[in-house]
Amino acid sequence: MSTTKQLRGGAKWALSVNAVLVYVFFYAPIALLVMYSFSNDNLVGRWGGFTLDWYRAFGENQEVQNALSVSLKVALFSTLISVILGTTAALALERYRFRGNRFFDALLYLPVIIPDVTMAVMMLLFFTQLFNFLDAVFGIRFAKGLATVTLSHIAFSISFVSIVVRARLAGMNETLEEAARDLYASRWKAFRYVTLPLITPGVVGGALLALTISLDDVVITQFVAGPGSTTLPVYVFGLIRRGVSPLINAVSVVMLAASILLVLLSLLAQRARGGTTA
Amino acid sequence: MTEQSTSAVSINGVTKRFGDVVAVDNVNLEIADGEFFAMLGPSGCGKTTTLRMIAGLEFPTEGSLQIFGEEVGTLPPNKRPVNTVFQNYALFPHMNILDNVSFGLRMKGVDKKTASAQANEMIDLVRLGGMEKRRPNQLSGGQQQRVALARALVNKPKVLLLDEPLGALDLKLRQDMQTELKSLQRELGVSFVFVTHDQEEALTMSDRIAVMHDGQLLQVGNPEQLYSQPVNRFVADFIGQTNLIDATVADDEMIVLANGTKVRAPNPHPPGTKVAMSLRPESIMIGDREAVPSESQSTSLSGVISSVVYLGHSVVYTVNVDWMPLEVRVPAVAGVSRYEAGAEIAIWWDRLSDWIVPDEGYRG
Ligand SMILES: Nc1ncnc2c1ncn2[C@@H]1O[C@H](COP(=O)(O)OP(=O)(O)OP(=O)(O)O)[C@@H](O)[C@H]1O
Ligand SMILES: [Mg+2]
Repeated sequence: MSTTKQLRGGAKWALSVNAVLVYVFFYAPIALLVMYSFSNDNLVGRWGGFTLDWYRAFGENQEVQNALSVSLKVALFSTLISVILGTTAALALERYRFRGNRFFDALLYLPVIIPDVTMAVMMLLFFTQLFNFLDAVFGIRFAKGLATVTLSHIAFSISFVSIVVRARLAGMNETLEEAARDLYASRWKAFRYVTLPLITPGVVGGALLALTISLDDVVITQFVAGPGSTTLPVYVFGLIRRGVSPLINAVSVVMLAASILLVLLSLLAQRARGGTTA
Repeated sequence: MTEQSTSAVSINGVTKRFGDVVAVDNVNLEIADGEFFAMLGPSGCGKTTTLRMIAGLEFPTEGSLQIFGEEVGTLPPNKRPVNTVFQNYALFPHMNILDNVSFGLRMKGVDKKTASAQANEMIDLVRLGGMEKRRPNQLSGGQQQRVALARALVNKPKVLLLDEPLGALDLKLRQDMQTELKSLQRELGVSFVFVTHDQEEALTMSDRIAVMHDGQLLQVGNPEQLYSQPVNRFVADFIGQTNLIDATVADDEMIVLANGTKVRAPNPHPPGTKVAMSLRPESIMIGDREAVPSESQSTSLSGVISSVVYLGHSVVYTVNVDWMPLEVRVPAVAGVSRYEAGAEIAIWWDRLSDWIVPDEGYRG
């Protein structure tokens, strides 16, 4: 008896230590990052007293500002489009039985599974071929830029949006739409007044998720970006290669804060009124 | 718009197939205006599918379906003058009660003020006044049920379709709602088409009942007809309790039971036909063997009592007649002694209380 108790005590102790280590491992880098973003020293890892200079530099640096503006433009536009397309795809897959339904279902999950690098190479190849084709046939010249970045972001965001919206739709009783139809609503009105309000939390959640992913993406963007379409994460990545400056810390903290905020909002939205569709 | 005799719903040779499954099989049915009509049958027999075809939520594979003389075959549900009370109510969770009830009117283009006024009236009628601002999940099952009724009835449908509307309620509430539904129907004079698999509910509430099995319509009639003149073995067994005794037709007056006993049972079937005789437990009399009245000699059997159950108002005996047990139910009369298990007795029945149904095939 007593040995088992001791063993249990030992196991418990080991587990606690493990948990602490995991959290340290997770959060120590974040804590360091935040701390050194306030450090008044040109070397990244040395504490030189408290300062807000790096944040001020972030606000004044024209390149950073340009990258930020590109990031926001791309994120907002790609989110808008992917929410519309993703929601429509979710509705089609969840509410209508058509030939090849299963196949499209699987296709939709693909961009989530494919490694970023693969996706990036695919997109690059696609755009190169497309531009060559357009040049050869119509004599129109295109170059990589804002449009290619945005299109790529739309391509991977659709999957995330439609997965989130589908989860919401699956939990929603189809009889509700039938009830609306029975009560003289046309297909459109049934969607507008019954389906849409009920899946809105899913749509908002999907949108915030798309926004987060778009704002964070480096790999794919780097492949398809051209001059003048450098996003903030890509810019930061470039800075690192040129040598680390504490400015990166400040930029990273801002990006981190924005991401956390968006993910939290997304979770909140998906949970909102979760009990009412049961 | 047409002559007075037009049926509220007229179903002609309607079949509905889902892939290989024949959910509804060549059904013909007329439902009269102002009638309380029940569709009764075991699970999976096609009741819901039939109802959904009337609502327009499903379209027939074959056949014609008319509502007040107008062909509605593939008309979408929002273009039909019928409304449905769904099995699990299907109230809109994101709207309050008032918005739920006025939804149909708003969709029809009635202005908000008029719609609200009419909805409020209906909410009062189903005794939910004061709950207009609540959400459906803030109501009890019975209250939600009444919201579903109000939401359908406020549109003044020509036919109201109800799919097992009382299925989710407990017994007491169920009985109250049965009475309430029935009186509401009388008050409004609208045809109710009511789906249930509870035969007692169908018998107590309906003007007429359709019994379905395996997608087929077996019999349509008023409760008394179904109870006393079932067209086949299935209906006899399904409606109320009965003893089904296998037999073979000897001639148009007599049938032969399994042990060779001949009993009198006038029937229209040719000699040799396999039939079943349906004897309701309450129409069988029980007594000493020498007490069988002379006019009942040819409609009697001797047996041994194997169990006695006292139910207060009646006594239920299980009587073994040679090859099978029969259930006999007699009123419990104070002061009259009852038989004990093991007693050797006779049972007999009135010549008009038996009913012969074909043994095979549901269509007779
Ligand atoms: N959408 C569908 N796709 C395939 N088969 C279906 C569909 N709807 C109904 N069925 C089948 O049709 C048959 C009749 O179903 P229906 O729902 O009408 O039965 P029901 O009499 O209402 O039964 P219950 O009392 O269980 O509600 C069943 O065998 C069912 O499996
Ligand atoms: Mg059903």
